Amino acid sequence: MINVSISIDYKYNFIFEENTVKITGARMVIEALNEEKTEVVFGYPGGAIMNVYDEIYKQDFFQHILTKHEQAAVHAADAYARSTGKVGVAIVTSGPGFTNAVTGIATAYTDSIPMVIISGQVPTAVIGTDAFQEIDAVGISRSCTKHNFLVNDVKDLPRVLKLAFYLARTGRPGPVHIDLPKDVSANIAEFDYSKNFELPTYKPTTKGNVRQIKNALEHIAKAKRPLLYVGGGAVLSNCYEDIREFVELTKIPVVETLMARGVMRSDSEYLFGMLGMHGEYAANMAMSETDMIICLGARFDDRVTGRLDVFAKKAHVVHVDIDPASIAKIVKPNYPIVGDLAIVMKQILEESQDMTFNDYSSWKDKLTTYQKEHPLRFEEDSDRLKPQWVIKRTGELLGDKALISTDVGQHQMWTAQFYPFNYPRQFMTSGGLGTMGVGLPYAMGVKRANPDKISVNFTGDGSIMMNIQEIITCTQYNLPHINIILNNNYLGMVRQWQTRFYEDRLAETVLETQADFKMLSESMGGVGYKVHTKEEFDKALEDAIASNKTAMIEVIVDRREEVLPMVPNGHALNEMLLLGDK
Amino acid sequence: MSDFRKFYDSEEKREVLSVIVVNKDSVLSRIVDLFSARGYNIDSLTVAPVPNTDYSRITIITIGRSRVIDQIVKQLNKLVPVLKVTEHSNVIEKDTVLIKIPLDQNLSDVDVLARAYNGAIQNVTEEAIVISATDEPHRIANLIKVIEKYKPIEIVRSGVVAMER
Repeated sequence: MINVSISIDYKYNFIFEENTVKITGARMVIEALNEEKTEVVFGYPGGAIMNVYDEIYKQDFFQHILTKHEQAAVHAADAYARSTGKVGVAIVTSGPGFTNAVTGIATAYTDSIPMVIISGQVPTAVIGTDAFQEIDAVGISRSCTKHNFLVNDVKDLPRVLKLAFYLARTGRPGPVHIDLPKDVSANIAEFDYSKNFELPTYKPTTKGNVRQIKNALEHIAKAKRPLLYVGGGAVLSNCYEDIREFVELTKIPVVETLMARGVMRSDSEYLFGMLGMHGEYAANMAMSETDMIICLGARFDDRVTGRLDVFAKKAHVVHVDIDPASIAKIVKPNYPIVGDLAIVMKQILEESQDMTFNDYSSWKDKLTTYQKEHPLRFEEDSDRLKPQWVIKRTGELLGDKALISTDVGQHQMWTAQFYPFNYPRQFMTSGGLGTMGVGLPYAMGVKRANPDKISVNFTGDGSIMMNIQEIITCTQYNLPHINIILNNNYLGMVRQWQTRFYEDRLAETVLETQADFKMLSESMGGVGYKVHTKEEFDKALEDAIASNKTAMIEVIVDRREEVLPMVPNGHALNEMLLLGDK
Repeated sequence: MSDFRKFYDSEEKREVLSVIVVNKDSVLSRIVDLFSARGYNIDSLTVAPVPNTDYSRITIITIGRSRVIDQIVKQLNKLVPVLKVTEHSNVIEKDTVLIKIPLDQNLSDVDVLARAYNGAIQNVTEEAIVISATDEPHRIANLIKVIEKYKPIEIVRSGVVAMER
């Protein structure tokens, strides 16, 4: 009950009692987001979350961007987090609002992206009665979040909000989900965000074991063919400068995973490209022949290792990861080091200063020879554009000025292969989950976080249709970006597999009937171009940038182009199909 | 050279795990979900509060190769409400069974059997008797096998609790 002697500020629902201030749960959400310096929230209102939206209406701490679909809201917040390193925030309602968000949450979870997702829930009194728009949200999100909370009491909400942000950004980052019943957001309680909440069960190890680091370095120094295998952890922990310094110091060759593109400069003489199923020949050969894998924040994903029982047979393994469960999950390392890569890299650099490392130049020369024998390449065709050319050309024209997002499929792999990434957080892609439809919302979130950069989304004629409604959101909030649709009238990656492994039976992968992307874009306030030649492409890109609107550049490309090299499923990493192989 | 292939081919083993968890945040379903999501086995699972604390102890018996056991321990530790996971090597294990037997069976035989397994007759009604026994899990399994002869109506096992020697 509310004490009569108190005063109420109706605008903000603050209730002042002697020395304490009580506010509603909904207001707590706003105050916490302000304390966390959130500058933008992506979301979609609905019945169970209305109390929070009423407070959003009253506040001016942050911008709320209303997407056209909850999935896109979560993807945009995810991209905001990927490109800035800050915690992305999305707010959705109960039931279908939440289930629409699940794909976005799972995408962020698989790539360890720090996010807080707040969903409305039916009032606590009716939870379990199959009420309107009720779904067991925490039951669903349990397997695709780092942690989740169902808040039963408003008194618990300040702790939950603070812990959610803390959990999302510390340790191995990840999305944290808060399910907020409607009565909890209406009830009032004290709110003190400065209070620290104990979490005795959660203590991530951040500093590496010094003896283990020394031990590993001694063996690295003596190795003949060491290889740095750099993963997304290097991006998430913001330590690319230290990795580059270590490479300069030791002259050890480097390969990157899809998630690590940009950690090394694309023109570095020590970088032998991306490895894995569609990795470069030299990178995969390097991994197959190395005698010392130095894994920095990568997780030996199946798309990287190929056939596991013959993977890197000659190698000792150093594995640095913040997540102990990533270590020895697939490959048992000889030198496991649990810690935050940013801190461990500082330790490694400090220990390395007065050490003598072997001369690895003959090993590097060998890899350079591999690179020269089988560089990444494609064959130009006078009749039609090659998708790889489009990406390469965009790289030449925009280079470091652009932040690149992709959808999922062939265009994603070509982008990873052919765009010259020169700094981390330049490349936003769904690596682990492989979610088609992320591209447009990613480009939107990236533009919101980096207004001075050009935001480009490489996409395909399949993926783009999965969140195309968000063009209108970008028009509304003035978030111009460029979608380059590599149109081959196929679901190209699946088509490539069908051709190679299913005798070219193209089951449901032919996209004959298509939208007019130019009209589609224009109808939602954007601009559109259809491109057949190199000259047309250059012109379209220039016009798209000048238009300062959301642009669709539909590029008609060679329909049957394949992503190569390719390690077929169940094959060793060095058993690649190369250009020209049947 | 790296020994991870040997590590892969190791034999399956039985492992007793004690998991100390915070008593909230639907922690039991988090643990059960983890086992089903990652395809781990649960042979037995018991839960009870740790006296005078806010924690509970979950005793899990699982079977897997050493790589899997290693992952189970790490993945459990990764869950936010989990305080500690202990892999037991030298433990006392106890399992309890309740068995309902129709009155028309040879009750003196049943009584002797129950006693042989540290048990006793607990309850008698007009239709049936209930015996209970607490012993090591493999002995309880044996008792259940033997008691089949006396046409048990119902058998309930408690699951295993364990303590380091």
